[in-house]
Amino acid sequence: MAIASTGNPTYRRRRRTNAAMMALSTLALAFGLFWLVWILGVLLYEGAGALRPSLFLQMTPPPGSDGGLANALSGSLLMAGAGTLIGTPVGILAGTYLAEYGRRGWLAPATRFVNDVLLSAPSIVIGLFVYSVYVARAKHFSGWAGAFALAIIVIPVVVRTTDDMLKLVPNSLREAAMALGCPSWKMVVMVSYRAARAGILTGILLAVARIAGETAPLLFTALNNQFWSADLNRPMANLPVVIFQFAMSPYDDWHRLAWGGAAVITLFVLGLNIAARIVFRRK
Amino acid sequence: MSAVLDNGGFATADGTAVASLSPRPSVLRNNALMDALFRNLTRFFAFAVLALLGAILFSLLAGSLPAIHRFGVDFLASAAWDPVRKDFGAWVPIYGTLVTSAVALAIAIPASFGIAVFLTELSPVWLRRPLGTAIELLAAIPSIIYGMWGLFVFAPLFQEYAQPFLAATLGNVPWLGALFAGPPMGIGMLTAGIILAVMVIPFIAAVMRDVFDVVPPMLKESAYGLGSTTWEVVWRVVLPYTKVGVIGGIMLGLGRALGETMAVTFVIGNAHDFSASLFMPGNSIASALANEFNEAVGDLYSSALIELGLILFLITTIVLACSKLLLLRLARHEGAAA
Repeated sequence: MAIASTGNPTYRRRRRTNAAMMALSTLALAFGLFWLVWILGVLLYEGAGALRPSLFLQMTPPPGSDGGLANALSGSLLMAGAGTLIGTPVGILAGTYLAEYGRRGWLAPATRFVNDVLLSAPSIVIGLFVYSVYVARAKHFSGWAGAFALAIIVIPVVVRTTDDMLKLVPNSLREAAMALGCPSWKMVVMVSYRAARAGILTGILLAVARIAGETAPLLFTALNNQFWSADLNRPMANLPVVIFQFAMSPYDDWHRLAWGGAAVITLFVLGLNIAARIVFRRK
Repeated sequence: MSAVLDNGGFATADGTAVASLSPRPSVLRNNALMDALFRNLTRFFAFAVLALLGAILFSLLAGSLPAIHRFGVDFLASAAWDPVRKDFGAWVPIYGTLVTSAVALAIAIPASFGIAVFLTELSPVWLRRPLGTAIELLAAIPSIIYGMWGLFVFAPLFQEYAQPFLAATLGNVPWLGALFAGPPMGIGMLTAGIILAVMVIPFIAAVMRDVFDVVPPMLKESAYGLGSTTWEVVWRVVLPYTKVGVIGGIMLGLGRALGETMAVTFVIGNAHDFSASLFMPGNSIASALANEFNEAVGDLYSSALIELGLILFLITTIVLACSKLLLLRLARHEGAAA
């Protein structure tokens, strides 16, 4: 190698190009990690000051007075919970059709295709859709509308993972169940679902992580509410919209609360993402 | 063998023996009923997912009818946005959406390519998973966090250090200089584009890494065996083989960038004035919706905004459908090669 590299200019040039490109590639990775570290660092630094018990216990304050984000946290939990509860069964059943029954015919490939499009559809358009079919008819913003919007975001995530995970279940397991005389619905529920349980759970966790920080679809659906409310039929406070409103305001104490909320949401979402990976790997 | 036959009763010529060992007819009927129910239930929900796309398109179309009637095709090309005189045009937000996404891709494509090359070719095996996860976590950070960080942390630094530098260097290049003209304000289309780049890098990098991984090792080893350097293997073997998938990944990132709302809303400046310079504030379709929809008074104003949403949905749906088709083509290609 040493002989070739000293004697042959073409070879030297190729080695130089290679070294330069590999250095750039390493730099690109550093570039990606740089933003992650910067954003998380800022969040922890700014959020640490706001993470006090009052953040979780008091209501959102008017500017200038002390308060917390209790109503926004509970509203977010309620709507994300309702959205997950509505979206998950729909997603799992649709995913089941794709993987278990849709081996022939046009419906499964078409649905799979459309689902992938929905998976990346702009969430603000989902908000606009729920606004026009629900809020505009009911003539008021409500927690339910927010939950429906979030459910529409949950569905494609769950469909995709259910489909992928069921397709990984070996056919020999299904054939074994069928050979024992098991009807096919029982085979799906007792064999396929069990074999794919960890994967499907991963999908649900990822879906919850995705909707926990969603802001855009809630702007036109749940709106906001300065007070405590557990009534899903009325406008409902939620963490992302409160963060948006507080961060865009000119008041310093609102900014502090927004940073606190941002830190809470990010830690929650990143935690869920890492938990989902652990669940999936332990399978 | 014979014991099995005797106990199982399958081989008897006597029909009654079979019947006595089979489940009772009512159980069979119940099972058939449950089968049909379960099958149709799953089919119903699969169809519901399919119908959801149609419902979204239909409701947006219905909502934008007043604006379509009033402005027609001119809506797309008009730069007007005057709620008082009820004169609306989509050109400024469409331009802002396209420009911010273009800036994002210009930064994100080389960066994602480098990351994917590092993860597939350079990284020690034990580091691959943690580094890949770290990059994927960039996608998990909620978009509103990017927005807040962009507005309070990134934009001021960008204004103080990066923008004067860009104006002094690239700003003097003929033609290109027009893009970097104007006072440094921190917020604006360039800032939005850079933040979008960070947000789409994990999506593009993940697809690139995955498609690079499907290149048959034999191809790469043949090239190495002929004396290629790592870079030559990546550029001449891996990239041509995965071309279609790489483009699919880029389109996926583009789809994300086009529809991204909150991060852009924080930093783009929300101005309905047309300006060629990337330093100036602008508006994207998504940020116009986020900012104005709740305050829109009058049917025509909301209808114009819904039409913006419809345009955005159509653009992203087409881009994502292309991305999906390209990735499917790579998957088929891979199947054919195997």
